[in-house]
Amino acid sequence: MDETVAEYIRRTVLKIPRDEIKTMLQKWGFLSEAQLRTLNFHQIKDNISQQVVQLCEENSADLKQAAVLDIIYNHNYQNKRMWSVYQMKKSGEESDYFDITEFKKKVKGRLRSALKNVTITFKEYEDNAIWIRVAWGTPYKKPNQYKPSYVVYHSQTPYVFISSSALRSNLPLLCQALIVATNYHDIREMELRSHCLNSLKDIVFKRYSQNFQTYCPQPLQEENVEPESADVRIVQENRSEKERIHRLNLEAFGSGPQPKLEFAQYKLETMFKSDPKMGVLDKREPFRCLVKFSSPHLLESLKSLAPAGMADVPLSPLLTCIPHKARNYFKIREKKCLFPEGFVSP
Amino acid sequence: HLATSLPLPSERDHLRPRMDLIVFMIDIKSKYSLKNVEASLAHVDASFFLGKVCFLVTGVGRVNACSIETNAVCKLGEAYCSPVLFCELELEGIRAATAQRLLRMLQICAGHIPGVSALSFVSLMRNSDDD
Repeated sequence: MDETVAEYIRRTVLKIPRDEIKTMLQKWGFLSEAQLRTLNFHQIKDNISQQVVQLCEENSADLKQAAVLDIIYNHNYQNKRMWSVYQMKKSGEESDYFDITEFKKKVKGRLRSALKNVTITFKEYEDNAIWIRVAWGTPYKKPNQYKPSYVVYHSQTPYVFISSSALRSNLPLLCQALIVATNYHDIREMELRSHCLNSLKDIVFKRYSQNFQTYCPQPLQEENVEPESADVRIVQENRSEKERIHRLNLEAFGSGPQPKLEFAQYKLETMFKSDPKMGVLDKREPFRCLVKFSSPHLLESLKSLAPAGMADVPLSPLLTCIPHKARNYFKIREKKCLFPEGFVSP
Repeated sequence: HLATSLPLPSERDHLRPRMDLIVFMIDIKSKYSLKNVEASLAHVDASFFLGKVCFLVTGVGRVNACSIETNAVCKLGEAYCSPVLFCELELEGIRAATAQRLLRMLQICAGHIPGVSALSFVSLMRNSDDD
């Protein structure tokens, strides 16, 4: 077995938390059950990984198997990586029958014809997700297995999710290979990024519960109902106001759980508005400013602002539109020039 | 009766009993909370400040998250001649003790303790503060 492959497998196993090693090796399926039984999972991880490497040596593992183990690791811990979303456009209306073998062949072909030194590995999952791992090299250097790019593609959709630890210089090539293989004619990066891959999928596949303008008799019902607090001796003076806030908030965010995003970024290129006598800025130039909201779960925290009394309802549409517009990066320019990707600040 | 600010909504005026004690809750982590209380104080009838108003500062356990200076709150208490209590609602023991203190004050303000009026009680508390 190649020394570099052995080292790569050893380091991959070291990344896995001790309790998960057995499950992940089983998912990998490269070592037999008998071999797995010989492993002592109670020793220090260093020794476990050494033992695994020895077993892989017995089975003559090659780079391909090592790459599959890496995909399994990253699929399991997908939320450790930062994912970007790309949208593809079709020129015609016909949806070709998707052939996975053709797809793989075309991806490999395109990448290899441009770059001799690449490692390309595929793994399919039950939810129709195809994971592609690409390790990049140069015409003179072998691929760097420690900085691969990962692509997740659901075949019946025009969306691709990409996470890259390599330099962005390889992205155009990757994008090209994808549109050639999928028969689309264009691909563009969306202004949507997050660590939570499933939430990104929820947003673009519209799988989260969206708010609908329903005129249901909810407000009327609540007036007849006793206050929800356990003790009837507590009187909420501002109950109607609280209900109004709750209703407007629900209209803006919907009643289901929100997709998980960690930040929203607003790039302002607007003019600084001040008292003309103050003369703060002599030049009539846009005031460049970046506003970034971060949170472990941004949309849920935005949803809880108004009920907590920290913001007025309705919240700014710039915040509430994030899942509908499928973007968390915005450019805000002046009213006069309306650009397609930015819109007017309220 | 719980309210987020004063004045109270007028539509429920006819349903409201006599108010014996007003406790203004200030979250030490929120400057907005102090501003809100200061604005609400303007809507309180002067007679309440004869011992029927109290300031309760919450969240004092989290020293790193303080946004308001205790000095500012104490000055507020002095300005309105009303006692300031400090507590940490996240700790059950302190929460229970604070509730008992407020209940005691309420009993006095409602006139349930013979021989002690709200005004005499509050001047008692002020004297101990000045020590």
